[in-house]
Amino acid sequence: MSRHITGHDLECLATGSWILGTGGGGSPYSSYLSMRNYYDNGGSVELLDPGELADDDLVAVLSTMGAPLVFQERMTDPAFALKPLRIMEEFLGRRFRAVMTVEIGGCNAFQPLLAAAASGLPVVDADAMGRAFPEAQMQSFAIADLKMYPHVVADIRDNDVIVARAATWQSLERVRRKVCTEFGSVATTCQAPRTGAEIKRHAVLHTTSRAIALGREVRRARAAHDDTVAATLRAANGKLLSRGKVIDVQRRTTEGFLRGTTRFAGLDGDADSIFEIAFQNEFSVGWRNGSVAVTTPDLICVLDSVSGEAIGTESLRYGQRVSVIALPSPEIHRTAKGLQHVGPRAFGYDIPFKSVFAEDKEEIVA
Amino acid sequence: MSRIGIDVGGTNTDAVLVADGKVVAAVKTATTEDVSSGVKQALSDLLRGAALMPAARKLEAVMIGTTHFTNAVAERRALDKVAALRIGLPANASLPPFVDWPADLVNVVRGSVHMVAGGHEFDGRPLVPLDRAAIREEARRIADSGLTAVALTSVFSPLTDECEREAAEILKEEIPGARITLSHELGRIGLLERENCALLNASLQSLAQRTAAAFVAALSESGLDVPLFLTQNDGTIVHSGLAARYPVHCFASGPTNSMRGAAFLSGIGDAIVVDVGGTTSDIGCIKGGFPREANAAVEVGGVRTLFRMPDLLSLALGGGTEISADGRRIGPRSVGYRLTSRALCFGGDTLTATDIAVAAGRIALGERDRVAHLSPSFAESGMRQMGEMISDGIDRMKTDAAEVPLLAVGGGSFLVPEKVPGASAVVRVEHHAVANAVGAAIAQVSGEVDRIFTGIGRVQAIECAQAEATQRALDAGADPGSVAVLDIDDIPLSYLPGDARRVRVRVIADIADFGERQDETNFG
Repeated sequence: MSRHITGHDLECLATGSWILGTGGGGSPYSSYLSMRNYYDNGGSVELLDPGELADDDLVAVLSTMGAPLVFQERMTDPAFALKPLRIMEEFLGRRFRAVMTVEIGGCNAFQPLLAAAASGLPVVDADAMGRAFPEAQMQSFAIADLKMYPHVVADIRDNDVIVARAATWQSLERVRRKVCTEFGSVATTCQAPRTGAEIKRHAVLHTTSRAIALGREVRRARAAHDDTVAATLRAANGKLLSRGKVIDVQRRTTEGFLRGTTRFAGLDGDADSIFEIAFQNEFSVGWRNGSVAVTTPDLICVLDSVSGEAIGTESLRYGQRVSVIALPSPEIHRTAKGLQHVGPRAFGYDIPFKSVFAEDKEEIVA
Repeated sequence: MSRIGIDVGGTNTDAVLVADGKVVAAVKTATTEDVSSGVKQALSDLLRGAALMPAARKLEAVMIGTTHFTNAVAERRALDKVAALRIGLPANASLPPFVDWPADLVNVVRGSVHMVAGGHEFDGRPLVPLDRAAIREEARRIADSGLTAVALTSVFSPLTDECEREAAEILKEEIPGARITLSHELGRIGLLERENCALLNASLQSLAQRTAAAFVAALSESGLDVPLFLTQNDGTIVHSGLAARYPVHCFASGPTNSMRGAAFLSGIGDAIVVDVGGTTSDIGCIKGGFPREANAAVEVGGVRTLFRMPDLLSLALGGGTEISADGRRIGPRSVGYRLTSRALCFGGDTLTATDIAVAAGRIALGERDRVAHLSPSFAESGMRQMGEMISDGIDRMKTDAAEVPLLAVGGGSFLVPEKVPGASAVVRVEHHAVANAVGAAIAQVSGEVDRIFTGIGRVQAIECAQAEATQRALDAGADPGSVAVLDIDDIPLSYLPGDARRVRVRVIADIADFGERQDETNFG
């Protein structure tokens, strides 16, 4: 059902999308501020149920890309979020019916809202990841082998690039990264246009409203001094993997990714256990006492045990009291084809995927 | 040689005389509304005893640490209205200055907001050409409005200050008597947080000038003809003239001084410090005698800032913390400075942390008979719970699992248990109740640079940063012969092209001879 996003929804989306960022995706803080400012001045954005799209409606898939350090000086705002969409419309000679985000995890959850604030277009309640992932070929549209072009990369000045064709998702990724660097390591994108039919079939549906509901539950629990982690698990059908404290964090930056590992010493019911997680921008694999306990594409989230606020891979630090939880991944990621794109082997781990939510079922081997 | 250190807190003004590396006199007086008469009182109390000591005669300087500016922001008083000029359009247009401030503070501080085109990329290329005509036009508008406090922020100015400097020249031409804060002189990468820091600084300028002048007057009225320094967030000092320009650098000087004082008094430079006051416990970490700095945003009066601040964990636990009758709820309310009238052991009606400690026999305060009704098991259980709160906080502030000494200071430090998990020892020192004034007295001058360098090699980048840091120390009043490098950090930023690296250099030095010092100070 379509509805208007409220001012309170914005706060909830900031909290919820940061949890779905599974450690990455960039902090939504400045995008949230931008939207709050728009709402304070009387603005409002419509959230459109994907079921209401006509099969031939055209939807713009939007994102911000670049280096997190640069985002701190050059923040995305409504006009910049909308810019690549207008260039795409000019290129196609067609108008978009609505906007959506490529990833619901982290700051990009707000990207279509920003564009909507500048255009009045509705935001489709869906994304192409159901979380955050580091690379373009990890989108549900890539798993479905949809076309990856044309693809617009926009600069804040009058420098904009249209990638008219690309041979593979990987080559598109390489070209647009180079362009983004030239633009000062921050760019907004309008990715290959999607039809209503493609979205209904291949997008991850209702993720914006799910992120809002998740954030709302965490904030409600926080205000009521309830257990915020338990509230998260309830709201997102999650599983608690460990409660503990951070005892070690190792990070290194390679090939533009923040890679590393972190270890937690168990507290309370998990005393005497050690939980370790490896990350590449986002959390990818977790081990309990040396045995694999959880792997991507299950969502691995690390929350502050008291506030329920998500903790990003770049802000982990010794002594934090954290809860490691798993949330179920979208269906598409658990198919054999999906696991090729986003399973443990896609991140360089030679281990089979076994969902913590399907312990009794046959394991699916990618 | 001797120095006087003064800590002007919200409740108490403490003063110490440190001569030849030893605390020779210490006094505690009440902080006064006008701040300076409390300082005069403290000086007079201190000097009455100290005048007799020959070691105290060669007074070198007076160092004052004050929470006055932080309190002004927290209480939203004595703040100037500020004109905010941001350079960086077309970027960030939807996030104007003050966008993330609490509404009540915006009402007090926001004078006007101006945004013009300009700014830089992370690699030093201009973002777009600086719009000088627009700056002049906005400057005239500011001049017409009568505002003189201006905060100037440009995109990526910590990397290149060109735009801010050039704009400042135009502002000076157009606005007579303008007091301009440049964001790159204060903050780091993070536009909103750095701009917030500049805005707060600009709003505090006239209060800082008045306060520094009042301190100088208090000194001269006390018959002291020595230079005055104010202490800063990083445990160093600046000459009072310069401090009036950067009041934000004094925001956290209280906790910093107490950590540094604890290190000095114990002779232990690497430790966790817990300072238990009447309402809160501040926990910090010192390395080489200096506080570890916060890397994340620190809120001041509800405003997010990112600059030179100590990494602190504040717990709502102090000597005045109120305890529920069943002993289960500890704080967060506190009787604060009214401890001696409100606590049970002083004949009051409120059960406080101090009463528990008195009942448990940890400290002798007030009359123990008045807490005789508290059973030993009740008192022990209360002490254990409070000890756990402190232990938990200490563990959170550690950076690794290795054991480190714990320095316990402050008037409420009797709440710190004798054994703390993860601490190799709990160290208590003489004069711990005035550790903050001691920290002020021993402070040195510093200079710091924290910048991203691109296109030059590592060695050259470090040399460049070191030269700049040294110049900053000299500006702050350093003796050129004594400048030493305190720490160098360099981090390659591999997600940025062009051999980019963030280099941070901090130098430290003794204060220069100002030539106005008398060898034999006349204590009158």
